[in-house]
Amino acid sequence: MSKAILYDATMCIGCKQCEGACAQQNKLPYDDTVAAESVQSAHKYTVVLTKNDKFMRRLCMHCEKPACASVCPVGALHKTANAPVVYDVWKCIGCRYCMVACPFNQPKYEWQSLNPRIRKCIMCPDRLAAGKQTACAEICPTGATKFGERDDLINEAKLRIQQNPSNYLPHIYGLEEVGGTSVLIISNAKVEDYGYPSSAKIGDTPMPEYTGRVMERIPDFIPLWTLVLGGIYWVSHRRDEVAEAEAESKNGGRR
Amino acid sequence: MKFKLTLWRVIFIVIMALGLYSSYIRYFHGLGAATNMTDQFPWGLWIGFDCLCGVMLAAGGFCMVGAVYLFNVERLHPVVRPAVLTAFLGYLLFIVGLLFDLGRPWFIWHQMIYMNPHSVMFEVGFCVMTYTTVLFFEFLPNVFERLNWKTPIKWINKIYPVLIVAGILLSTLHQSSLGSLYLIMPSKLHPFWYTPALPFFFFASAVAVGLAMTIFESTQSAKAFGRQLELPVLVTLGGALLVALWVNLLLRVEDFYHRGVLGMIFKPSYEAYFLWIELILTFVIPITMLSFKKVRISPQLLYLASISAVLGFITNRLNIALIGFETYVGHHYVPKWTEFSITLMIVAMGFALFGLAVRYLPIFESESAHKLEEPEVTVGARVLSHAGD
Repeated sequence: MSKAILYDATMCIGCKQCEGACAQQNKLPYDDTVAAESVQSAHKYTVVLTKNDKFMRRLCMHCEKPACASVCPVGALHKTANAPVVYDVWKCIGCRYCMVACPFNQPKYEWQSLNPRIRKCIMCPDRLAAGKQTACAEICPTGATKFGERDDLINEAKLRIQQNPSNYLPHIYGLEEVGGTSVLIISNAKVEDYGYPSSAKIGDTPMPEYTGRVMERIPDFIPLWTLVLGGIYWVSHRRDEVAEAEAESKNGGRR
Repeated sequence: MKFKLTLWRVIFIVIMALGLYSSYIRYFHGLGAATNMTDQFPWGLWIGFDCLCGVMLAAGGFCMVGAVYLFNVERLHPVVRPAVLTAFLGYLLFIVGLLFDLGRPWFIWHQMIYMNPHSVMFEVGFCVMTYTTVLFFEFLPNVFERLNWKTPIKWINKIYPVLIVAGILLSTLHQSSLGSLYLIMPSKLHPFWYTPALPFFFFASAVAVGLAMTIFESTQSAKAFGRQLELPVLVTLGGALLVALWVNLLLRVEDFYHRGVLGMIFKPSYEAYFLWIELILTFVIPITMLSFKKVRISPQLLYLASISAVLGFITNRLNIALIGFETYVGHHYVPKWTEFSITLMIVAMGFALFGLAVRYLPIFESESAHKLEEPEVTVGARVLSHAGD
């Protein structure tokens, strides 16, 4: 079954241990300077943001139907069955279409590198394969980041909101957004205040559908258009042949 | 042969020297050092101009091939060869541009083995690759004629109908698909430019620019190489351009109206200013000019009208690729000098290669191949002093 991460911002204490665990898991440098950085980058896949004494985590949403995977010309990004959207660096040609297409702006780039890679949270696929939870969920001291079955987490999120409606905004971010994501967020602050796109702005349509509507017509379009073009060619050249033949017969067959 | 230093050659050398230095920065210090692209602005001038505009500016090839070989408009025959040459060079340089922009250009061939059929980028890449091959074959007869090889010309003539149909099919696909690239960004691209009709607009604008560029390059090479202009050709193209511009304008207005942004475009805003520049250059100036018969029969005025249209459509594509994202991103993107420098170098290479091809190949002599009475001896001599323009 499909896994997911539930992030409950109301339980987060801003300790940033998830940041450190993530860095360690992905062999990235992590010290006080990196901890102080409040933007995601090629060396910081997840970040805990603070605003008005409230916390919010940012990380790749692992869309059910990811825009990044659908746009990649070489299929270097793909959605795995149990949730993670992973990256095969050896395929990547560096076109950065995934960065432009992602509604959450998650893929980051190694701009200073001479052989740059796309960098983003890949939801610890090795740990998942070994039956473990993600590094960030494992280390979280309060359970604000929780790993589990997506369906179970959705029910749990609904329950939390139901039992404590004054503590939450009545919305699970990621349940329907862009067709659903494998990261779910509940909070009592608007996610937009922390750089997430508003639900209204991105909508519930899976991003790949926007291009799919056009792309799926191409297999029909090719033979049809070829026939039309070939037809025009035939007609316009046939006219010449006929005119030539007529001119010849007018000359009474004499050349 | 004595090498003479003309003003154009000096400019060319300066551009190339700066371009080479910028290339060094790009490949030895990385994209971060050579460009102002960031995680927030992952696509910059090279995608906006070199790719989106480059492919559009090369559209004259398929437009003229279509007009002459598909619709049998014999009148336009003299411009087919220069148009195909421009297209062939345009696509080659587009690939050169891509080699600068891609982060790992040494893996560009992965397109051919790790194919993702859902990706618009894959489709564009695949079509561009095959179309460049088609253009190569359409261009080959120039070389064979020059070498006086009769048999291969016969072979090419045999497959010409296939080349023509394949070329136009592939052009239709990738010209429109360049617009489809942006369909997946409804929440990012400004509503002036984001529309489900983007693929149609990209195709329609490619046809208009194909016509305008053919007028531009015929007039330009007539000036540079001291050739006689074929007035009936220009008049035909000018008329077609007027129609193409009207079609583009009506489609755009209908789209604005349909999406309910018609009222918005008249309110001053950062994006509106850029939209106005675009609309004035693309439609207001050339359509007004071309509506007068006096303009349509004057090579000089036709030339100006087509330049305006070309600049307008270039603005349109830069608006889509750059300006349309600035509000979403929250800051401006201004290309670094190295980005401009490399783009300029690529454009300069285009002009130089065009000059060389015209000098050594029978690009403008296709007519004289039919009727041998007017060999254009002067062409070669004039070009000598202009090669590298």
